[in-house]
Amino acid sequence: MQESKLGLDFNKVAHAKDVARNIACDVQKFVDQYTTVAVERTLCRLLGIDGVDENTVPLPNVLVADIKDKGLLGRGILYFIGNAIIATGLTPQQIAEKVAAGELDLTRLEGHSDEEIHKALKPYIEESLKRISARRAKKEHYLKTIGEGSKPYLYVIVATGNIYEDVVQAQAAARQGADIIAVIRTTGQSLLDYVPYGATTEGFGGTFATQENFRIMRKALDEVGEEVGRYIRLCNYCSGLCMPEIAAMGALEGLDVMLNDALYGILFRDINMQRTLVDQFMSRVINGYAGVIINTGEDNYLTTADAVEEAHTVLASDLINEQLALLAGLPEEQMGLGHAFEMDPSLENGFLLELAQAQMIREIFPKAPLKYMPPTKFMTGNIFRGHIQDALFNMIGIWTHQGIQLLGMPTEAIHTPFMSDRYLSIENAKYIFGNMKSIGEEMEFKKDGIVQRRAAEVLSKATNLLEQLESEGLFTALEKGIFADVKRPKNGGKGLEGVAPKAEGYYNPFVQLMLNREFI
Amino acid sequence: MSGGLYSTEKNDFDKTLDLTAVKPYGDTMNDGKTQISFTLPVAAGDEAIEAAKQLMRKMGFENPLVVYHKELTEGYTFFNCYGSCTHTVDFTSIHVPKVEGTKWDMHETDEFIRANIGRPLVVVGASTGTDAHTVGIDAIMNMKGFAGHYGLERYEMFEAHNLGSQVPNDEFIAKAVELGADALLVSQTVTQKDVHIKNMVELVEMLEAEGLRDKVILVCGGPRISHELAKELGYDAGFGMNTYADDVASFVAQEYERRHKGEKK
Repeated sequence: MQESKLGLDFNKVAHAKDVARNIACDVQKFVDQYTTVAVERTLCRLLGIDGVDENTVPLPNVLVADIKDKGLLGRGILYFIGNAIIATGLTPQQIAEKVAAGELDLTRLEGHSDEEIHKALKPYIEESLKRISARRAKKEHYLKTIGEGSKPYLYVIVATGNIYEDVVQAQAAARQGADIIAVIRTTGQSLLDYVPYGATTEGFGGTFATQENFRIMRKALDEVGEEVGRYIRLCNYCSGLCMPEIAAMGALEGLDVMLNDALYGILFRDINMQRTLVDQFMSRVINGYAGVIINTGEDNYLTTADAVEEAHTVLASDLINEQLALLAGLPEEQMGLGHAFEMDPSLENGFLLELAQAQMIREIFPKAPLKYMPPTKFMTGNIFRGHIQDALFNMIGIWTHQGIQLLGMPTEAIHTPFMSDRYLSIENAKYIFGNMKSIGEEMEFKKDGIVQRRAAEVLSKATNLLEQLESEGLFTALEKGIFADVKRPKNGGKGLEGVAPKAEGYYNPFVQLMLNREFI
Repeated sequence: MSGGLYSTEKNDFDKTLDLTAVKPYGDTMNDGKTQISFTLPVAAGDEAIEAAKQLMRKMGFENPLVVYHKELTEGYTFFNCYGSCTHTVDFTSIHVPKVEGTKWDMHETDEFIRANIGRPLVVVGASTGTDAHTVGIDAIMNMKGFAGHYGLERYEMFEAHNLGSQVPNDEFIAKAVELGADALLVSQTVTQKDVHIKNMVELVEMLEAEGLRDKVILVCGGPRISHELAKELGYDAGFGMNTYADDVASFVAQEYERRHKGEKK
C-alpha cells in the first residue's frame, strides 16, 4: 500500500476511481455507437491523404463532406476508399485527388465485399502504423541517447503567429533550459472544422496548427536538442472540432505532448458534447499508440469558478479524464492530468491549501506526469508581485513532484511572452527547483493540520460529486453546469451536425490495432 | 559598481514639485529616476552595453546605467537599466474623458433601478468575435463576480445573460433582440494586431445598419480598453483594468434613466 503524507484514505481513493470508471463506461457505451466527420477525416489522414483542393479545402474534408452530404457518414469513409482502391487500382491519395477534381464519385462505384475491402486497405493501414511507430522509436532513441531534463519538465509557450519566428523563440527557450515547447494555436482555430494546410506566418495570439508547422518545429527542436544535449518535447492542442485529426498529424510528425481534454471543448468552446466525447476517444487512442503525453484542462475550471470552493471539481474531472483515457488505451505514464495554482493571493494560508491540493493530486495519480498550471486569474499587471506568485507556484511544483510545470510569466495578462519574459520565468523555476530540490522528501505534514484536513475535504467533496454524476450520467451533469459553472445542452453547441450513428458494416480497424500496439 | 553605496552624482537640480513640469520620482523630487528593461538583437559584450546606453540617451535619459545584462540566446541580449528622464509633462493641462456618473454598490444600484425604472434591466454580454477568453465577461457578469465585487447575475434588478466566448457579432445581435436587451456588454481580451478594434467597430456598424444602435446602451471592457477608446469607436462607455461590475452596473442604470427620463413607467 502506498503511504500518504496527507493521511489520505486510499480505500476512499479506490472508491472514487470505481465511481469515475462507471461514469466513463457509461460515456463509452455512447461513444462506441457513433462516428464523426472529424474521426473519418482522421482515418483519411492516417491513410496518407494530405493536401488541399483548388479552393484550399483539405482533401480529407472533400472526401468526408461528400459522403456526409449523401447521408452515408455512418458507413465510414474507409469502406468507400477501400472499395475505390479495388475499383480503380489507385492509392488513397490519388483517389482523393480524383474526387477533388470531380473525376470520381466514391458512392457510385460497383460495391465489393467487406472482406475484399479490408484486404485492399490493409497495406495502407500497416504502412501508417509503421510510420507512427518509427516516429515513436526515433523519440525513444533520442531519450536513450541524449536524454531529457529532470521533472518537473519546464514548459513554456511560443505564440508569435509566425512559425519561423516561433522557431527562433523556441530554440532560445530550449537553450535557456525549457524542456517542453508549446506552440499556442491562433485564436479561433478550435472552431474551424478543418485543419489549415502548409507553413503559416499569420495568426492572432498564436500560430495555426498545421502538419507542415509541426514538421518545421519538430526539426528545429531536434536540432537544438542535439545542441544542448537534451531532448526537447513539442506540445500542441488536440482540442476543438478537429481533435483526432490533430492527434493523427502529431503522431505522424513526432509531437510529444498534446492538450487533449474530454470536457474542455464542451465547457469552454461550446462544442457539442456528443461530438467532443466521440472525438476524444479516437484522439486518445492515437495519442496512446504514439506515446504522446496528453494534458487535460481542469485548470481552466478555476479561471471561471472559485479555486477554493471548486477545487473538488478539478479532482472529480481528473478522475473522469483518467478513466476515459484508460478506456482509450492511454497508460497512466502518459496522463498529464491538469490542476492549477489559482487561489486569490490575499487568502490567508492560501499557500497551504494549494500545497495540500497539489500533494493530493500527486498521491491520487502516482504515475501520471501531472500538468501544473501557474496563476493567471490573479495576475494583475503588477509584474513584480506576479514574479513572486510564480515563485510560490514553483515551490509547490518541486515540493510535490509535479510532472510538467507550465511556467508562469510575470507579464501574464499583459502580452504573449517576450523572449526576456521566458528567460526570467525559466531562471525563477531553475533557481527554486535547485534550491529546494529535496524539500518534499524532508518535510512532513502535521497530523490533522491545515494541509491534511484540506486534502481530506477535497477528496470527500469530489467523491460526493462523482456519486451524483454516476446517478445522473455525465451528459445530464454537463447540462446542469456541474463544471466551471458552465451549462451545456446535449443537443446544443457547435459540431453536432458532424455526428452520425455507425451503420451496419462500419469499419475502423485502427482503434483495435492501436490498442493492441501493433508494430510497436 | 565602483561607485560604492552612495550616489556621487551631482544633484543640483530644483527639488520643488512643479505640476506643470512633472517627471519621474526615485527618491528625490525631480531626480527623474526610471527603471527600464529591454532586449536588443545583438550579442552580449561591451558594444552591446554601449548600444543600450546610447539608446537610453535617445529615449531621453541622462546618466544611463546598465545594471544587468544577459545574452538570452545567441544574438539577443537583455538589459536592466536605470536613467534620469529629461522630459516632463504638464499635469495641469491634462484632460482624460471618464465615464460620467456616480459609482454605487450593488444595493444602491438595485434600489435606483427599482425606484426610477421599475423593472429589471436586461443585459446581454459576451466575449465576441474570435476571442476565446471569458475571464473578463465572467468577472463582470457571474454571480460570484471578482475580487469581492458581485457580478450582475447577483443583482436583483438586472436580468443578466452571459453568452460566453467566441460569439460572432451577428449572433450576438440576434440574441440581444430575442432577449430584449437594454444594454450590451462586449468583452475583448485578445488585442494582438488590433483584432479587438476591428471586431468592436464591426459590431457598431452592424447595429447601426439594423437601426438598433440607439435602442441599446453599448458598453465594452477589457484590459486594453479605455473609456476614451470606447467613445472613439462609437460605444457609450469603456471599462479597463481595475473596474468591476459595480462600475458597469451603476453606469448602465444611470445611462438608462438619463435616456428614458420622463417616460411613463
